[in-house]
Amino acid sequence: MSQITIALTKGRILKETLPLLAAAGVEPLDDLFSSRQLIFPTSRADVRLLVLRGVDVPTYVQFGAADIGVSGRDMLLEESADGFYEPLDLGIARCRLMTAGIKGAVRPSGRIKVATKYVNIARDYYAQRGQQVDLIKLYGAMELAPIMALADEIVDIVDTGNTLRANGLEAREHIADISSRLIVNKASLKTKYAPIQALIDGIAAALPPREEL
Amino acid sequence: MSANRWLLPDGIDEVLPERAAQVELLRRQLLDLYHRWGYDLVIPPLVEFADSLLSGTGADLDLMTFRITDQLSGRMLGVRADITPQAVRMDAHSLRREGPSRLCYAGTVLHTRPRRPLQSRAPISIGVELFGESSVAADIEVIELFLATLVDVGVATPCLDIGHVDILRGLLADSGLAPAQRDELFELMQRKASGEIDAFISREVANGALAQQLRALPTLIGGSEVLQRAEQQLAGAPPAVLAALAQLRAVVDALLPSGINIHIDLSESPGFHYHTGVVFAAYLPGHGKAIGNGGRYDAIGAQFGRPRPATGFAFDLKELAGAAAVVANRGTGIFVAHAEQPDRRLQIEQLRASGERVVEGFAGQRVDFAELRCDRQLCWRDGSWQLERV
Repeated sequence: MSQITIALTKGRILKETLPLLAAAGVEPLDDLFSSRQLIFPTSRADVRLLVLRGVDVPTYVQFGAADIGVSGRDMLLEESADGFYEPLDLGIARCRLMTAGIKGAVRPSGRIKVATKYVNIARDYYAQRGQQVDLIKLYGAMELAPIMALADEIVDIVDTGNTLRANGLEAREHIADISSRLIVNKASLKTKYAPIQALIDGIAAALPPREEL
Repeated sequence: MSANRWLLPDGIDEVLPERAAQVELLRRQLLDLYHRWGYDLVIPPLVEFADSLLSGTGADLDLMTFRITDQLSGRMLGVRADITPQAVRMDAHSLRREGPSRLCYAGTVLHTRPRRPLQSRAPISIGVELFGESSVAADIEVIELFLATLVDVGVATPCLDIGHVDILRGLLADSGLAPAQRDELFELMQRKASGEIDAFISREVANGALAQQLRALPTLIGGSEVLQRAEQQLAGAPPAVLAALAQLRAVVDALLPSGINIHIDLSESPGFHYHTGVVFAAYLPGHGKAIGNGGRYDAIGAQFGRPRPATGFAFDLKELAGAAAVVANRGTGIFVAHAEQPDRRLQIEQLRASGERVVEGFAGQRVDFAELRCDRQLCWRDGSWQLERV
């Protein structure tokens, strides 16, 4: 029996992923949130779980170190990696990728400074609009960058917008809708087709009916 | 700066003795295999004029090609990123054979960027091309040789992934979509992003039958039974699509008796943009990407003024060597220490003539048998030559 490895994203996405996996008959034997383990056995002997930082999930799946992954679409857009399929939109951890800046501030003319952890997405987005930008890579607390005049705008995930408002910022342009995707390594789907397709179908059956777009 | 002067650029590797022996063994073994199948060896040049090298091959290969200015002609030279277009040029202009032409080659190609992360930018490409035959018999021959390659190097249980680029292209061509939209749908299909495919089709495709066929495409994956489902679900498709399905059926039926593990994927177009018909790739369990791939490319020849049907495949020899079970004879050889005996020369010549690897010692040399890759030594003891294990 071939082993199937599923890479999950830590944090909020993980909580929402577990019920979907359970519906497909995969339940971790240990508590993923408290254990110090790195690899988790599940109720199915042929399936094991990894819990990773979101940015690492596409990497594990791309190289085939994991067969299946659950990853935010923001990570997939940013890494623009290939080597895997994205058969399911899990519809969880929904949010929007947006630009934001100081409320009411006018965007300076010419080259602007943009702080973000999504440098590739930001570069493409501003390039499409014909806007020259200098990108500043940050790893957290994006809201601080415009306040401290480090950047004119930021590109970040916006959920409720409360953090932006609380810091005197406003969301500006919508770049993309984000939710979590199921990704599958291409070689894995081909060499372990039957068990992997069964897992995909099991998870798909647990998803709420797709709302019309 | 000086500390890392010896580092190689990203994606550029060197092959050290043991692995080099393995790679070279496979190269010889495979070129012999292709020779036995009637494929003639050609040695295309490392560089050509870029416009010739890239005729009709598409943007993907263009981006992957290193360019330099030729000081003699002032024209742009390209370092080959793929040997196939060179073989096409040789078939069209250098050989000009009337009937089917079978060529094989092995040589290093150079890529400006790795095709996939961590992949070598200077793979050794080994493969075959079969020109001048458009029937599925040619596709079958080439796939059989592709599989024979894997058997020959002892790769265990490969999975043969097979598809036909005209199925998706045929449906898209008939869709009435603008080119940009076609590209978008094509890209979604490559990702099998079913939700987005659904949404795209609902939004853009008015023709109900076509929408149904396009929706079915990403689900048409799996074993050879997929073809039967495809024949039902795509029954009303344009003639080009049905012809492609019939070709795929003929190829799969011919391959099934061999017992090979076949995986069919009708929405995927692996390989380069220039492929036009049956395409295939081999995957190994636990190997995150294809080990080799190939397919039909009938359109490139026309760019060289001689349209010829063509199909072929290529492997990266270095990756193949990593997966192969065939192991080169490593670390065997005879060390002959420095000595003054008069017939020492003759002894060495005789051993070499019998096929042994013989390493001569110098006066006062420090001897490390592992470093010299020798497992025996020839010594002068008690008035005669003795071969001893070390």
